[in-house]
Amino acid sequence: MANIAAPALRRALSNLLLAVAAAVLILPVWFALVASSYNGADFLAGHVGLWFGKHGLATYQAVITGHGIVAMALPNIGRALVTSTIMALLITIGKIAISLPSAFAVTYFRFPLRGFWFALIFVTLLLPIEVRIVPTFQVAANFHMLNSFTGLTLPLIASATATFLFRQTFLSIPEELTEAARLDGASPMRFFIDIIIPMSRTSIAALTVILFIYGWNQYLWPLLVTTKTSWSTIVMVIGRLSQTAAEGDPVWNYTMATALLALVPPVFVVVAMQRLFVRGLTEMEK
Amino acid sequence: MIAKRVTFKRTGLPLALLAPQLAVTVVFFLWPTFVALKQSLYSSDAFGLREVFSGLANYRALLLHGNYPATLERSAFFAGSVTAISLVLGLVLAVMADSLGRSGRIWQALLVWPYALAPAVAGVLWAYMFDPAIGPITHALAFIGIDWNHVLNSGQAMTLIVMSAAMKQVAYNFLFYLAALQAIPKSLMEAAALDAAGPVRRLFSLIIPLIAPTTLFLLVVDLTYAFFDTFGLIDSTTYGGPGNSTTIMVYQVYKDGFIDQRFGPAAAQSMMLLLLVGALTMVQFTLVERRIDY
Repeated sequence: MANIAAPALRRALSNLLLAVAAAVLILPVWFALVASSYNGADFLAGHVGLWFGKHGLATYQAVITGHGIVAMALPNIGRALVTSTIMALLITIGKIAISLPSAFAVTYFRFPLRGFWFALIFVTLLLPIEVRIVPTFQVAANFHMLNSFTGLTLPLIASATATFLFRQTFLSIPEELTEAARLDGASPMRFFIDIIIPMSRTSIAALTVILFIYGWNQYLWPLLVTTKTSWSTIVMVIGRLSQTAAEGDPVWNYTMATALLALVPPVFVVVAMQRLFVRGLTEMEK
Repeated sequence: MIAKRVTFKRTGLPLALLAPQLAVTVVFFLWPTFVALKQSLYSSDAFGLREVFSGLANYRALLLHGNYPATLERSAFFAGSVTAISLVLGLVLAVMADSLGRSGRIWQALLVWPYALAPAVAGVLWAYMFDPAIGPITHALAFIGIDWNHVLNSGQAMTLIVMSAAMKQVAYNFLFYLAALQAIPKSLMEAAALDAAGPVRRLFSLIIPLIAPTTLFLLVVDLTYAFFDTFGLIDSTTYGGPGNSTTIMVYQVYKDGFIDQRFGPAAAQSMMLLLLVGALTMVQFTLVERRIDY
């Protein structure tokens, strides 16, 4: 081991380069934090520097309550945060709830056309929303799903990836357990609920982390399926805020505050549950 | 298809278990795709009153006339650049972190978090830093004599979206490369070191060939991300402009289909996207199958 250990100089250089990379990645967040601590007048006067201003509290108060920024018709960000949270949780729970049974069905049963049904699930991988953008919107509109949590989440919860992952997990569960369950006369559903689901809890937890981030970060579908600003999610309002700011209105403080509020929940999840997150990601790869 | 050796023999129950997944798939995936396929074969008549069957006219118009060929080329350039930057930076950072042994672990948390950024959020953060009027980086660039204005300069606009799109993927690639490097047996590295192979030589003649499967996997994932997941990023930084210079495929299908309501051409574009995602998915699955064989 000793002969391949990098000499001190090389170690220092590696640490330095990694530190530079980490700094470059965090820099945009730093600038956003600084920008959100000034007010509109500061931006117009060119006062925004590299260190914090005095209006941080006022910015976040205005953004979350919606008071004081009526002029630009900003959706209520406090409300958008709640909508995003509910949407992300519903997508996560929905994907897991429909993928566990379908993975159980294709792994533990022999029944007609099993391969065909499995292939149908697989097809969703080939059809991201961009491929079927206009007709999917029309379907949602026909079902009166615009401006509802059903519309925001139901079309997104089919998941080939989650089904594959659970199937993989089930395949690694020893056959003896199934045999024992059958000898005990346990019904398939008893076996599923009492044995399979508890044995899959690590996979479920890992997938929860990944799916929460996926759900929270949705942009295009919420943009289509919500036509009232009261249904805005926090990520989808960023496009409009950015455009308003780029057109010269002094709202970069509100825009950056909103961007930071939008990034905190998923980043917190990744950092706090890093082990599960890494596990979830690397298992999805298989 | 692999299944358990011990299985239950029922028909109704497994179908009931599959039903929710299949229902969502058919209603929101298969049916809309079928409608898109049909729409791609129809055009509005001369008065715009009804849709008439026009065969492949939408596809011909898309590929031979108008701005779509340029959009394809631009999307390929964008996706290629994002992928190249993400692969190279991800690998370099992972090699550095791996060479530090256990203490390199702390860098994982500091480099991986951007994976959690929504593309729209990453986009708006960079749009602010580079804002032509008040961006802090724009000021710094002006100081060293570079005039930055991505609202007017199409090359700079493309550079901006490539950089902000790569931010998330560098984090992702770093994570997978680090895992791949840590899986290389230490004895191999020691043998190479005994042969007096320097770090650069080790990288090119040992490490890169050994982690080639990871590179292929990441290549497909990065391309898929850049082609399909970057709508929000464009929609929060350049809005496809200036002109059409940052209008990539997913942005154009939204503009044509949703904003301008040109359903036929948009549906034909949808089918092009389907072909692309189909090809990428096939490659990915072939790779995965190969890995299982190892």
